[in-house]
Amino acid sequence: MISFKINGSQASVDADPSTPLLWVIRDHLQLTGTKFGCGIAQCGACTVHLDGRAVRSCATPVSAASGKQVTTIEGLAETALGKTVQSAWLEEDVPQCGYCQSGQIMSATALLKEHPHPGEAQIAAAMDGNLCRCGTYNRIRSAIQRAAEMQGGAK
Amino acid sequence: MNDMTVQDPSRREFIKGSAALMGGLVIGFYLPMKGGRAFAAEAPPTKAQQVYPPNAFIRIAPDDSITIVVNKSEMGQGVYTSLPMLVAEELEADWSRIRVEAAPVAAVYNHTAFGIQMTGGSTSVASSWDQMRRVGASARMMLIRAAAMQWGVPQSECRAEMGQVIHAQSGRRLGYGALADAAAKLPLPVNVELKQPKDFKLIGKPTRRLDTPEKINGTAQFGLDVNLPGMLTVLVARSPVFGGRVKHYDATEALKVAGVQGAYQVPTGVAVAANGFWPAKVARDLLEIEWDEGPGAALSTPKMREEYLALAKKPGAVARKEGDVVQGIKDAHKSVSAEYELPFLAHATMEPLNVVVDLKPDHCAIWTGTQFQTVDRDMAAKVAGLKPEQVEIHTTFLGGGFGRRANPQSDFVVEAVQVAKAMKAANKTAKPVKVVWTREDDMRGGYYRPMWVDHIEAGIAKDGKPVAWKHTLVGQSIMAGTAFESMMVKDGVDVTSVEGAATLPYTIPNIRVDLHSPKHVVPVQWWRSVGHSHTAFIVETMVDELAHLAGKDPVAYRLGILPADSRYRGALQLAAKKAGWGKKKLPKGHAYGAAVHKSFDSYVAQIAEVSLQNGKIRVHRVVAAVDCGMVVNPDGVRQQVEGGMVYGLSAALHGAITLENGRVMQSNFNDYVTLRFSEMPEVEVHIVESSEPPTGIGEPGTPPIAPAVANAVFALTGKRLRRMPFDRETYV
Repeated sequence: MISFKINGSQASVDADPSTPLLWVIRDHLQLTGTKFGCGIAQCGACTVHLDGRAVRSCATPVSAASGKQVTTIEGLAETALGKTVQSAWLEEDVPQCGYCQSGQIMSATALLKEHPHPGEAQIAAAMDGNLCRCGTYNRIRSAIQRAAEMQGGAK
Repeated sequence: MNDMTVQDPSRREFIKGSAALMGGLVIGFYLPMKGGRAFAAEAPPTKAQQVYPPNAFIRIAPDDSITIVVNKSEMGQGVYTSLPMLVAEELEADWSRIRVEAAPVAAVYNHTAFGIQMTGGSTSVASSWDQMRRVGASARMMLIRAAAMQWGVPQSECRAEMGQVIHAQSGRRLGYGALADAAAKLPLPVNVELKQPKDFKLIGKPTRRLDTPEKINGTAQFGLDVNLPGMLTVLVARSPVFGGRVKHYDATEALKVAGVQGAYQVPTGVAVAANGFWPAKVARDLLEIEWDEGPGAALSTPKMREEYLALAKKPGAVARKEGDVVQGIKDAHKSVSAEYELPFLAHATMEPLNVVVDLKPDHCAIWTGTQFQTVDRDMAAKVAGLKPEQVEIHTTFLGGGFGRRANPQSDFVVEAVQVAKAMKAANKTAKPVKVVWTREDDMRGGYYRPMWVDHIEAGIAKDGKPVAWKHTLVGQSIMAGTAFESMMVKDGVDVTSVEGAATLPYTIPNIRVDLHSPKHVVPVQWWRSVGHSHTAFIVETMVDELAHLAGKDPVAYRLGILPADSRYRGALQLAAKKAGWGKKKLPKGHAYGAAVHKSFDSYVAQIAEVSLQNGKIRVHRVVAAVDCGMVVNPDGVRQQVEGGMVYGLSAALHGAITLENGRVMQSNFNDYVTLRFSEMPEVEVHIVESSEPPTGIGEPGTPPIAPAVANAVFALTGKRLRRMPFDRETYV
């Protein structure tokens, strides 16, 4: 049994320790907001927070989550920052097909946690691992900037 | 009767009698569905689904909320917003009370032009424009009549507004929810009057997508997210070579993996079923399979290239012939001859293919993100040995489609039903299965945009005007061998192969366009903008080349050889004006390139600002202008033109599927590179004002970007790009 906290609740799963965290989240815990895109940490659709940092859950063994805190898109609104990012996404009407957006939002939130007012280069560096085939990148950037503004505070 | 204007021969061919295609309408009580959506996996079949077909696009609930059943698949293009806008406009609905539900499969939901239930060809708004407004207007008239009858007043004294019927003289008003039951019992109105565009309240106004809230909190349900009780996850080991078959397999090691339930041979390979994706994946990788690879093992793209280059020099099936092109080139003041090469392309939707099948003795339920409901249903029925009406398809959100999820053979649906059938036969039980494709499976699974090799010879007269244009195209036919062949292939010419080439808009006295359609086992399919994805690059770089040969400005040159009434002009002029073409001083080392192309009856011009950074192409900014007739949702149009452009730019800069010894050399996003955040240009999308009926928008943004970028690189370097992707070229 591997135990960790997910979105504030305790979870214990009976899975091979090498099982990617993604599949434990999706198949064992039935939280399907976190997406499978590539399986090799190339597209970012599976991005979740592990102790507050963005990780690619498709390439993170569940054993690495043992005793830690996992946040998925379903639990993001539990923090003020998460709520802000989601409302910025809504304001900018970012998604098209929407499949990559959970991962985009998780990456963006981790970025804003570390850098409340990220510059262009910081945004590009943080978001370059999240692919979008619909081409929503510019709206993603606008939403990140809007979320930074909504948070207020000094630049 | 729909009044869709049809200009492309390809689309005209598809049209059948439309009298029977206009959908009926039933207004009824809203039937609550568990989980909200019709396709929520845990929801039992509702009464509405059992009374089949429900034959309805609108349901009004007692609480005044309105459900609009959308018969097009939402794959990012915004149909879950634009089609409800059409209905709500005429219905005089309160937009804040609109919700959307995916349509089940039924004839009433067939495409008004194509006669099957499907989403594609950038036709959703164009083909629904009249139908959905009529649906809304009919419902409005029935609600007004129901209110008038209840109040005992003339209908003419009543009007509808914001989800209510109002009788101004008496100050009475009733919400639609209170009227729905009575309205549903009234006959459908015969003479339906539609609003004048000047009276539109919703159409033409930037409108936020209705599907955004669920796409930002993880609740939007894609095919991969469907979970049924007892469901097993299945991965299939498929042949490494197209057309290969299992000769022998050994699943001993695979079956030892904890959680694995069994291995089953299916026509496409060996299926492994397990409790979840990961054990299925681990087990699949442990299968030992000997393949009968067949002739596909001899395929390689370098060899195909040689074959295509030789064919490109020979006459083929004639797609267009005007004047005498041989004499025209002979008489030309200057001429140019060039070969172009474009690779196979994978759609690479963000969501890999997947299908959930629940196969019962007399029923088959399927959940998947599909663009091709009728075809999938019929193919699934055939495989399952059921009647089409025994198969139900629940259309989920699509994590991208781009054409891949409209497969004429229903490849991914058929395979999933075959898996379910094999498991049922072996186990005598019928657990639901979810067949999941890994990214590698998806990338190597074929149904690519065809590889193309083209040859062009063109000449100009002394005044610079083009006098001759000889274009030979070589590439596999998408339509050949499909149910669409008889409609879409005429005299050896697949119209989708030559669209954008045979429909060259420029005034040239001598034109000849030839097509070769070699046959190979690599499965090919429509890929966002289909033939235009290849022809626009060639036509628009060659016209640019003629402009330089003539010593003319490329935009002015195009305007000089486009007919005076051409709608290409408006798009090109608007893009040029907004970009400051010929006026704006660009940073040192930057240059503009322009292109304009018509596809799906819409006209898109793009101006790309490009520089070279360490020998790599950097696209800084793209200014686009689009004429797509009347616009339903301007924000949606901007999203689509920008997104379509990005899709084309990805392919132009990086995209290529290659084969060696029959094997696809790419596997995932590490070697099939797509545009990333840091490469994204600034984008402006401008809309040409128009009172013409709406035309396509999902695809027309894709074709012009490759030539616009290539023309900018020429302006910078004097080098013509004739091969895609551009990252294989050197620029120094």
